[in-house]
Amino acid sequence: MSRYFTEDHEWVDVAGDIATVGITNYAQEQLGDIVFVELPEEGKTFDKGDDAAVVESVKAASDVYSPVSGEVIEANGALEDEPALVNSDAEEDGWFFKLRLTDASELDSLMDEAAYTKFVAGL
Amino acid sequence: MTINQSGWRPEMAASGTATGAPTATGNRALMLEEPLIFEIGSADRTGVDLEQAPAVQNRLGGMERSAPIGLPGLSEQETVRHYTRLSRQNYAIDLGLFPLGSCTMKHNPRLNEKVARMPGFADLHPLAPQSAVQGALGVIHELGEWLKTLTGMAAVAMSPKAGAHGELCGLLAIRAALEARGDARKVILVPESAHGTNPATAAFCGYAVEDIPATAEGRVDLAALQARLAVGGPDCNVAAVMITNPNTCGLFEREMKKIADAVHAAGAFVYCDGANFNAIVGRVRPGDLGVDAMHINLHKTFSTPHGGGGPGSGPVVLSEALAPFAPLPIVEKDAAGVFHLIEEETAGQDHAQNFGRMVAFHGQMGMFTRALAYILSHGADGLRQVAEDAVLNANYILRSLEDVLDAPFGGSGPCMHEALFSDKGVAEGFTTLDIAKGLIDEGYHPMTMYFPLVVHGAMLIEPTETESKAALDQFIMALRSVAERAKAGDEALKGAPHFAPRRRLDETLAARKPKLVWEEAALAEAAG
Repeated sequence: MSRYFTEDHEWVDVAGDIATVGITNYAQEQLGDIVFVELPEEGKTFDKGDDAAVVESVKAASDVYSPVSGEVIEANGALEDEPALVNSDAEEDGWFFKLRLTDASELDSLMDEAAYTKFVAGL
Repeated sequence: MTINQSGWRPEMAASGTATGAPTATGNRALMLEEPLIFEIGSADRTGVDLEQAPAVQNRLGGMERSAPIGLPGLSEQETVRHYTRLSRQNYAIDLGLFPLGSCTMKHNPRLNEKVARMPGFADLHPLAPQSAVQGALGVIHELGEWLKTLTGMAAVAMSPKAGAHGELCGLLAIRAALEARGDARKVILVPESAHGTNPATAAFCGYAVEDIPATAEGRVDLAALQARLAVGGPDCNVAAVMITNPNTCGLFEREMKKIADAVHAAGAFVYCDGANFNAIVGRVRPGDLGVDAMHINLHKTFSTPHGGGGPGSGPVVLSEALAPFAPLPIVEKDAAGVFHLIEEETAGQDHAQNFGRMVAFHGQMGMFTRALAYILSHGADGLRQVAEDAVLNANYILRSLEDVLDAPFGGSGPCMHEALFSDKGVAEGFTTLDIAKGLIDEGYHPMTMYFPLVVHGAMLIEPTETESKAALDQFIMALRSVAERAKAGDEALKGAPHFAPRRRLDETLAARKPKLVWEEAALAEAAG
């Protein structure tokens, strides 16, 4: 499984043609306590960069963009009852949704962990 | 049952007082504790003496209520005391400086109140015959003329009830104009420095919203805007740009005319959020800058009360291009000086393209009288000085505090009506929230925080023109002290407020598990 990152602070894990998407630990730190997450419905299709989910903290509401194109096959329902999961475990249990990839070549434009760490350090 | 006159509850003694021994009542001298009205009321008390209801035949067929209705019963005096006590725990513009950025919390002159309470205005019915309410129609008309003159615009819709409602009105006029030329554009561009209501309004109107980035100095990136408008060439799909000027970084959009020219060249319209009009009233006419529609918050710029005392009022001025689509009703004055209310039956040829109606009647009449009283008591020269003093006061705050608080756009020239700071430079683990809570202990309402989003840990301060230099100096001293504590890492600040009626509230828990309906403790426990 390989992990990619976007400049908008989403991460995406890819296994076969299934991509799991969430927001990074840096993003949850910046947002503060997460109080609400709005997730996409199964079957919805996104182009790369589309608004896919909404995450709301005590400070602000932010859009989460789909890092790649694909069809939603599952959303993390646990976040609806327990949005704090995004704060406690943003990059594992706090995942947002899973997509079936339509164009794996889009992953080439994303960052790997080292590049993202460097990107965040420059902010 | 015992009547709990003082409102004491067992848990109050432990609820935390910063200094001194706890009192038996939970009160602290003139700081009176007050429970919820449901906790002190009881069904055996009442403020009115009603006759016993006559016996009637029950025709509810078993559907009658079997449990008590649960309304609190209080005498008149208990009711008055309850709300007076609650009001003493509140903060208001009549108590002190209210530095909320983008809210223009200025003094509400008492003259406005006197005028609004005149029975000839206050006691009218919206369906009274027009011949009987010529004075009131005259107020609406004259206020509208002032707003058109101050903004340099062709028409005005008086009925929108607040800022966001005004935005909706402006976008509906723009959509009507586009539809009239058979052009179904789908996108509204919103700069990062715009008010948060702008994208919400655009989405509510069914448009797709796209961001336009800000430059490093906090203004709209003209090149990025031009590039977006060029997409599609003659088939440009941009309906309008919604721009806030002065923007939420407290900066004047110097290139507004170029922005408007580029938008018009692409066949789109310019919506201006006029919430910050206080900074430019009497100095700049938005119509001269190419604005097609702009709402004016009477409750901000023109001193009608808000922040709990409202209601708001958001008339919208429209350019020549949008004037034909203005919503009804419209007040017009004929050659003989008689005022007419133009409605659906009387719209005729001149208003045949009106897009409909925003509200049932005429708008916020009580706010119209207050705003017109404010305008006439200031005069054109006075309004100009309003803007000048508002800008001067904000710059005084910006320059007085930029040595202790980071001013991200301090180098972008003078600010307009509001000063913007960030949390850069505060000690590790300290945040804007700590500074805001510290200000409460100093006796001030906190500033607007975490907005605009383009600045990390933003603190947005708008003093308005109605504060004296002495009041500004005291506020600056207070904020300087709190900021220095945040920079020094004073742990006591993390626990602020220490002296407010309640200590720091758990905003996260309140948002995650809101209790929206009061339940008697026993009931709540039983329900688990």
